Amino acid sequence: MAVEHTLGAVILAALVVYALSGGADYGGGMWDLLAWGPRALRQRAAIEHAIAPIWEANHVWLILVIVVLFTAFPRAFAVIMTALHIPMTAIVLGIVLRGSTFVFRKYDAQDGAVHRRWSTLFGAASFFTPFVLGLCLGALASGEIRVIDGRLASGFFAGWTRPFAVVCGLFAQGLFAFLAATYLTVDTEREPDLQADFRARALLAGLLLAPAAALTFVLARDGAPQIFAKLTSWWAPFLVAATSACAVGALATLWYRRFRWARAAAVGQVTLILVGWGLAQHPHIVVPDLTLSNTATVASTLDALQSALALGAVILFPAFGYLFYIFKRRTIV
Amino acid sequence: MNDFFFARSQMAMSLGFHIIFAAVGIGMPLLMAIAEGLHLRRREPILLDLARRWARGTAILFAVGAVSGTVLSFELGLLWPSFMEYAGGIIGMPFSLEGFAFFTEAIFLGIYLYAWDRLSPVVHWLAGIVVAVSGMLSGLFVVTVNAWMNAPTGFELVDGRVTKIDPIAAMLNPASLQQVIHMTLAAYVATGFAVAAVHAFFLLRDRSTVFHRRALGIALTVAAVGIPLQIVSGDMIARMVAERQPAKFAAMEAHYRTGAGAPITIGGIPDDATMTTRFAFRIPWGLSVLAQGDARASVRGLDSIPRDEWPNTRIVHWAFDLMVAAGFAMLILAAWAGWLWWRRRRLPDDRWLLRALVVAGPFGLIAIEAGWVVTEVGRQPWIIYGVMRTADAVTPMPGLVLPFVTFTMVYLFLSLVLVYVLRREFLETHPTSIRSG
Repeated sequence: MAVEHTLGAVILAALVVYALSGGADYGGGMWDLLAWGPRALRQRAAIEHAIAPIWEANHVWLILVIVVLFTAFPRAFAVIMTALHIPMTAIVLGIVLRGSTFVFRKYDAQDGAVHRRWSTLFGAASFFTPFVLGLCLGALASGEIRVIDGRLASGFFAGWTRPFAVVCGLFAQGLFAFLAATYLTVDTEREPDLQADFRARALLAGLLLAPAAALTFVLARDGAPQIFAKLTSWWAPFLVAATSACAVGALATLWYRRFRWARAAAVGQVTLILVGWGLAQHPHIVVPDLTLSNTATVASTLDALQSALALGAVILFPAFGYLFYIFKRRTIV
Repeated sequence: MNDFFFARSQMAMSLGFHIIFAAVGIGMPLLMAIAEGLHLRRREPILLDLARRWARGTAILFAVGAVSGTVLSFELGLLWPSFMEYAGGIIGMPFSLEGFAFFTEAIFLGIYLYAWDRLSPVVHWLAGIVVAVSGMLSGLFVVTVNAWMNAPTGFELVDGRVTKIDPIAAMLNPASLQQVIHMTLAAYVATGFAVAAVHAFFLLRDRSTVFHRRALGIALTVAAVGIPLQIVSGDMIARMVAERQPAKFAAMEAHYRTGAGAPITIGGIPDDATMTTRFAFRIPWGLSVLAQGDARASVRGLDSIPRDEWPNTRIVHWAFDLMVAAGFAMLILAAWAGWLWWRRRRLPDDRWLLRALVVAGPFGLIAIEAGWVVTEVGRQPWIIYGVMRTADAVTPMPGLVLPFVTFTMVYLFLSLVLVYVLRREFLETHPTSIRSG
């Protein structure tokens, strides 16, 4: 595999891990805002307990996506940040507000009212940011961002203002909410009443995902025609079948209270969806004009970056393993 | 005021905000690691208490630093896409390495903050050491990028196209070593003085509080060891700038006319039109000695630079003088504290010294902001020195006043909340009950 394809795969992999870890942290924020019922306060406490030690480390996956993108594919980065200037600015605003309100809430909680105020901002930013993230990914796939003679030719509203991008945003929110609720059923194993709350939420989110997925699929025909056409490839039926199996499996295992299995199925589902998007989009970074090869920088940098990433992985994976061993050891299968 | 102006203002504001949290994120873990390490040796519970209290403050500042740093990685592309298109392949490497260093810092800070009761004391302390080292490394990598913008190397230009990129050479550019040393020391010194001020404030109320005595001892030691080294590093970096970026050096010193036996110009009002600086204090031959080590040496003035390549002389000169003034004020304070310590062999708690330390609390941070203005504004009109002009790097996006105003409001709001929360952290729960025996 040529080195730019390896690096493309690294970006996709980092995005998948970000969705599985950071995405679930967004989902936690959504359930925090939506906390209802007699155990609302305990739900919030459980969410906080699950997120607090790991969210900052999880967040770095997004930074990794950004830096690998601009190091290896600087032209693609420049075009994406120009064409999607408006939604990308919205994403960083969401990130700033979410992160800072989360710590303010923890350290500035003199009384319930102050705590609620920070929680509301934290929850709102947790809803908002993944939606815009989905808008941006939808825009990259839409084929409407055009680069002619090396210059952006489609203005600042192409792609991300279309219905397809909007359903991508909603779909991202739904996925993250589903992931978070499913993880929380495992995190609350010792509190059966809370576990039942999160089970109900996971089932609800999982069921809502089905029509959202169907809608995304239908709108992709017009909204992302090139991607849609790829779904006739040989691998497409297998991928759709595997994704559906995970989705149904997650719901079934939630229903039968096999929560660790449900968590594994949800992880599989989200991974397959993003990998499927990556395969359909390959070799494009921005459909249809920018590909991995026509935006890659020179070979010396790509090779150096590849070595740096390999070296970083040697440090990173044990460190992450240690982090999760300390805080999640009870719940790791 | 056009889009270009607002793009520069937004970048300046975002960096000016982030640099505080970045510096504290480098400095605080060192203080915490020292306190906890001393606790391991002396088994003095109050030292552990101190490490825990510092960790609370650090948690808040680190989170804001993490998210404001994310903003910057996006803004590089949002505001300066042509710069990133040009430079990403050359200088992206240290950013990727910084990503891993930051990963390590975030992971082990999570462990440090939340695993006090889950790890053995030594392992917990080692986690703190990892935070301190990785925090220092992530700062180091980012500063090499800025150094490259001042001393672009590691690539060749053929017909306007970038070729023969050597990312390692770009990272290890001629400005890197000096800038890395200067910024890393700045982070330790600024954090040391800021923390010392907080605890000096409480000692003024009650000088017998062991908690604050230990805290002041650690913070003041870091600050007082750091500041003389920083002055030496400042001298070295000035020589480097004089050699490599004569326009920046001339603007720093408000030195308009090339000539032998040049004086140091302190303060005053530089006037580009008449090429004079009014109301300034001058040290004869000083600049020649500073730049070349020879009182008769000739120093290049702004008159040797094409007029359209001058930075804003007033901003650069005043910011430079502010940085140097803050630096020397801290040096004098450190000498005073060191003298008292040497005479009495115990924590210097002279009332006037404590008062001065409280006043000097923000000096280090002011020096960081001012020094950063010197290096950034002094590089203008270039974004990559001698290679690409800032005006050619800006996004074509119109209406940049909107994100500028939005981010300014958000950062202002965050600053106010932070001041309020940190103040409450210190004031309401400080352990006055523990007295010395």
